[in-house]
Amino acid sequence: MSGSGTGTAGGPYIVELSGVDKIYAGGVAALSRAGMSIRYGELVGIIGPSGSGKSTMLNMIGTLDRPTDGTVRIAGHDIAELSDRELSALRAGVIGFVFQHFHLAAGVPSIDNVADGLLYSGVALGERRRRAAETLRRVGLGHRLDHRPHELSGGERQRVAIARAVVGDPLLLLADEPTGNLDSSSGAGVMELLLELHRGGTTVLIITHDRDIAAGLPRRVEMLDGRVVEDSRVGRVSAC
Amino acid sequence: MLTTTPNTARPNPGGLPGRPSPARLRPRDVIRVGGAGLRARPLRVFLSALGIAIGIAAMIGVVGISASSQEKLNRQLAALGTNLLTVSPGQTFFGEDSHLPAEAEGMIGQIAPVTSVTATGATGARVYRNDHIGEGQTGGISVLAARLDLPAEVGATVVSGTWLNGATQGLPAVVLGGKAADRLGVVAAGPDQRVWLGGQWFTVVGVLAPVPLAPELDASALVGWPVAEGRLDFDGYPTTVYTRAEEEHVVAVRDVLAATANPENPNEVEVSRPSDALAAKQATDATLNALLLGLGGVALIVGGVGVANTMVISVLERRAEIGLRRSLGATRGQIRSQFLVESLLLSLIGGVGGVLLGIGVTAAYATSQGWPSIVPVWAMAGGVVATLAIGGAAGFYPAVRAARMSPTEALAAP
Ligand SMILES: Nc1ncnc2c1ncn2[C@@H]1O[C@H](COP(=O)(O)OP(=O)(O)OP(=O)(O)O)[C@@H](O)[C@H]1O
Ligand SMILES: [Mg+2]
Repeated sequence: MSGSGTGTAGGPYIVELSGVDKIYAGGVAALSRAGMSIRYGELVGIIGPSGSGKSTMLNMIGTLDRPTDGTVRIAGHDIAELSDRELSALRAGVIGFVFQHFHLAAGVPSIDNVADGLLYSGVALGERRRRAAETLRRVGLGHRLDHRPHELSGGERQRVAIARAVVGDPLLLLADEPTGNLDSSSGAGVMELLLELHRGGTTVLIITHDRDIAAGLPRRVEMLDGRVVEDSRVGRVSAC
Repeated sequence: MLTTTPNTARPNPGGLPGRPSPARLRPRDVIRVGGAGLRARPLRVFLSALGIAIGIAAMIGVVGISASSQEKLNRQLAALGTNLLTVSPGQTFFGEDSHLPAEAEGMIGQIAPVTSVTATGATGARVYRNDHIGEGQTGGISVLAARLDLPAEVGATVVSGTWLNGATQGLPAVVLGGKAADRLGVVAAGPDQRVWLGGQWFTVVGVLAPVPLAPELDASALVGWPVAEGRLDFDGYPTTVYTRAEEEHVVAVRDVLAATANPENPNEVEVSRPSDALAAKQATDATLNALLLGLGGVALIVGGVGVANTMVISVLERRAEIGLRRSLGATRGQIRSQFLVESLLLSLIGGVGGVLLGIGVTAAYATSQGWPSIVPVWAMAGGVVATLAIGGAAGFYPAVRAARMSPTEALAAP
């Protein structure tokens, strides 16, 4: 089953950004008139120099923050029209996050860290644990269910974090430098996992500084000074 | 190969056309999530719960100890009866000690609800340890003539020897009150145990236990009525009449006693109900209890401030966790209730610990005093409710702050 099947309900795009500005309190324009569209089931790399607004844009897409101006549509919803509660529900049901720093709960076994990915969807504890164990097995950590984060390698920790992000079968997986804290071989393993999720139908967005990783992705979006300056699917984007 | 299940299987479909709506957390999950923050930091939890526990324990202890002593008194009164009245001559209008008329006992016995009457009479004799001790060193012991039924009426018991009987009441035999025995150096009654009483040797045939309803007997030497009249120049007038009346008429009897005992000078007669005096002695501890309760309250407030402090720190330290939970789909309300529940659980641990500690303190103190241990249920329930109120108040502001955090800023925290 591919995620694109679901896309027909909300149009062909799962992510639609147009004319998005984000101006932080200090007057820093982190995004200025950024725009792009992502179809259901795509795998997209976001690249660009430090400070170019990649994380800011990912936060907009993940509905963790609202734009100062412009429109953000996620899975057909204009997020400007949704309340904070509704955005939370959207994150719980549709979006999965993977962070550079894993953000695992210290002292908590892998299985419970992953099970928390279903907590805010209202799934009962037994079912959360069952699905967490299943997802950990799928990411190759079936033998690490009861290990706590400090008993895992960096690559294993990131796999646990990915398992937590996908245990609820999100349509959209957002990863901000998921390999940034890993050596190249663990990083390759994590990338392979994300590619597999993409092949399974999930839309995957990856911010990366790694040129080799970026080169291996089917579509690359390049940012500079808060704008999307190059998109390998549409070619050079003219500044407007 | 990884596969994605269809969107329609989701409990919370996020796609159009419906607007997404957040799922409610089950009560069990609310408790679990609230408790997770506590499990991660057991020492801090212990220390901040300890503040609350000390406050609650102090208050439970005060209430428990006073309830235990009250219970002991109630049991004592139930055993002794509250229907004993004593009649004694006060002072005359001119300040002289008066005595009751010789027929007072008989008159009182005529009152219908009166069930029994007995009396003691002051002999004016002195008692000494032996015949070498000088005049004046009496140790404040009064020598009283006593009716044979006195112990039964006032609830006195002997710790050593026996009470007077038909034979010994006419002989130089004496029964000493507890304090009197101490002052005279008498440890136990016995045929060889003599005291110098009214210028002659009296054999100590018995020693009384303390008499709660008639404490004046503790410092007395009691001799038989006939021997007092025969050998001690006793005038035969009763000085204190002890009478028991039917329980429901005690007040009515008390009101007529003075006039009955001494119809000519009722104002020279003092009537008292010893059980009231016992209860009043108890009540004088109320101010001390209020002070201790106040101290417990202060400890509780300090404990509450400790919990608030712990919660503020907990929220600051866990910004990243808050950001993560928001990214997993937690609403502001769910973050707020997580920290509120954490604060409630933290103080509840202190509250329950405090109640147990308070029960322990009460039991230890009551046992050491030989009292029954009583901790009223309302005090325990009140202690737990108070801690919940404190936990709610202490956790409210930190919880609101946690909920207001922007998810991106929270995630950016180290
Ligand atoms: N909360 C904030 N307040 C003010 N300015 C911010 C804030 N967050 C980001 N910025 C600024 O916005 C700009 C874009 O930041 P962003 O984090 O999106 O960059 P990035 O492309 O992710 O960089 P990197 O590759 O280093 O992670 C930067 O100049 C940054 O200083
Ligand atoms: Mg970044």
